[in-house]
Amino acid sequence: MSLPSVPAIETRGLRRVYKTKPKPIVALDGIDLEVAPGEFFGLLGPNGAGKTTLIKILTTLLLPTTGTARVFGFDVARETRQIRRLMNIVAGGEQSGYGLLQVREQLWMFSQFYGLGTREGWQRVDELIEAVGLDEQRNQKVSSLSTGQRQKMNFARGLLNDPWVFFLDEPTLGLDVSAARSVRELVRTWKDALPGRTILLTTHYMAEAEELCERIAIVDHGRILAIGTPDELKHRVQSESIFRLEVDRLERGAGALAGLPGVVSASTATDGTTPAPDGVQTLNLILDNDTALGGVVTALGSMGAQIVALRKSEPSLEDVFVELVGRGFDEDGAGSNGHHEAVAR
Amino acid sequence: MTIFARPRTASPMEAARWSPRRQLATNLRSVFGRAYPRLIGLAREPSWTFFEVLLPFLTTSAFVFVYRALDAPAEYIGFVVLGGAMTAFWINVVWMMGAQLWWEKDAGNLELYFTTPIDLMSVLLGMALGGLVASCLRAGVVLLVGTVVYGVSFGVDQWVLLLAVFVLTLTALYGFGMVLASLFLLWGREAFHLAQLLQEPVYFLSGLNFPVARLGMLGALAISTLPLAVGLDAMRQLAFPGGVATYGTPSPEIEAALLVAMTCFFLLAARFMLRTIERMARHEGRLTTRGD
Ligand SMILES: Nc1ncnc2c1ncn2[C@@H]1O[C@H](COP(=O)(O)OP(=O)(O)OP(=O)(O)O)[C@@H](O)[C@H]1O
Ligand SMILES: [Mg+2]
Repeated sequence: MSLPSVPAIETRGLRRVYKTKPKPIVALDGIDLEVAPGEFFGLLGPNGAGKTTLIKILTTLLLPTTGTARVFGFDVARETRQIRRLMNIVAGGEQSGYGLLQVREQLWMFSQFYGLGTREGWQRVDELIEAVGLDEQRNQKVSSLSTGQRQKMNFARGLLNDPWVFFLDEPTLGLDVSAARSVRELVRTWKDALPGRTILLTTHYMAEAEELCERIAIVDHGRILAIGTPDELKHRVQSESIFRLEVDRLERGAGALAGLPGVVSASTATDGTTPAPDGVQTLNLILDNDTALGGVVTALGSMGAQIVALRKSEPSLEDVFVELVGRGFDEDGAGSNGHHEAVAR
Repeated sequence: MTIFARPRTASPMEAARWSPRRQLATNLRSVFGRAYPRLIGLAREPSWTFFEVLLPFLTTSAFVFVYRALDAPAEYIGFVVLGGAMTAFWINVVWMMGAQLWWEKDAGNLELYFTTPIDLMSVLLGMALGGLVASCLRAGVVLLVGTVVYGVSFGVDQWVLLLAVFVLTLTALYGFGMVLASLFLLWGREAFHLAQLLQEPVYFLSGLNFPVARLGMLGALAISTLPLAVGLDAMRQLAFPGGVATYGTPSPEIEAALLVAMTCFFLLAARFMLRTIERMARHEGRLTTRGD
């Protein structure tokens, strides 16, 4: 199969402003993006970065305020029908459908929306149920599914029309570690089964982006801050030294360390104002070079904090993000639950 | 995983290119697709059906007793039974259809429907079809039980016309339901309150429990605007020909034409509103969003 020559996704100067009161919100502020057919592309950004807004524009749910967006050459503003026929979307926490239907019935209903014949629909539904691993739940009511099973059903729904572009908006949101892993596995299996399938995945779990995506754009406040393969992105911070410290009684937070000589950034994995129950926090340090560590250790000592463990580490995407944005993912108050840490282990 | 390795289309361009026929077929399929959960629900939750049959039947019975006590002409009993049967549809339209899109939005379904290749009109038609079939069952029970218990005798000559009027009443009524559903989605809670306010007067003006012709000018107004009023009047004329109670209203043929016009109007209005809803949603980023 030869891949099409047009980009799977292409945006030019894409801006989206929500007319809210008292003042409008600029959710996307000039996004230029090109995703090739067959690519697994990730949008990584904190809450409110504009990820969902971009997905909504690409899935024809929302119009750009200015700029253009195309999916396989079709314009999102004018050629909505065409785009809807070749793509699909699954979002984390999706609760679509009708609780009283059984899984099979629910999926069959959706199959009709994509023009599958009656019998063809049932057949495809049964095959997909097996492929996503819901055999035992096939005759169970949708309302009785667990969150993980629910998300598998959503995937089966999203694959009914075998999309050429599959949009995944935080697909593992709210799933436990093992359910999230099986969802990621499912995505990859489907993607790898045939060349030419394109995926655009948004996430704020760095490990997830790193594990799945061939290329990643780091977004914040509606802008792309950096774009590249995970390795390329990590090379950006290679020249610096990165340390992870387990620190007890870090009462004044990581902020106090930021001004020290040689410290590029200092951030904690959990929100600095609410220490973990046992008081030990993980401190991520990016330093100009190794020698700056001495100053940090001294400063921690004088603050009354105690270093429990210290190790030098390979740069992660989080370090890239911290360097680009000047703050950690979870340090804006609206932070996540530290799930990415669980994913990383 | 063999199914994953089997592509459904050879290229994205092929996937995006549908013939007009395929688009139409898909829209028709999705009408039945959306009606499906409603029908499954009917079979799976029979307790709803019980109440939805019982309530109209009780109202009908109350009016039967009143008319009997007043020594009203025998045809009045038949009128009331017919009206009681049609109440099942009316309740379904106002209470189920009206809130449907709202619920769909709340469940996140509406947004998902917008991402599929179909016209939302198919979804709305599917809801109407599901509700209509479900309500037919109830209406049938009320009609049958009412007829047997209260000894109603029908004198139908023009069966075909009666059937046509019945079907047209339903298309007009459910067309109205589709408009209602779109209005509720557009205007939200205010529309709900307005509907509740109008519920009783409209109920009354539709003449479910008495011939609307008795209302004079008001009745004429009702016949020219309310699908249930005109449909019921025509059906009563056809089911009890020669009765005095429908005297003064237009002939059933004219009323049937009126129903056709209403159906067209409501369907076009619903389509227009759905388009507006989608346009607004894409511009403003709300309406079809969950929980706002
Ligand atoms: N319908 C809307 N109306 C007004 N503002 C909105 C709307 N949707 C999103 N926003 C705002 O636009 C910005 C970007 O939101 P968006 O949902 O795209 O972010 P996100 O990256 O998906 O965040 P999250 O990780 O929390 O899902 C936010 O400031 C948000 O408050
Ligand atoms: Mg989002």
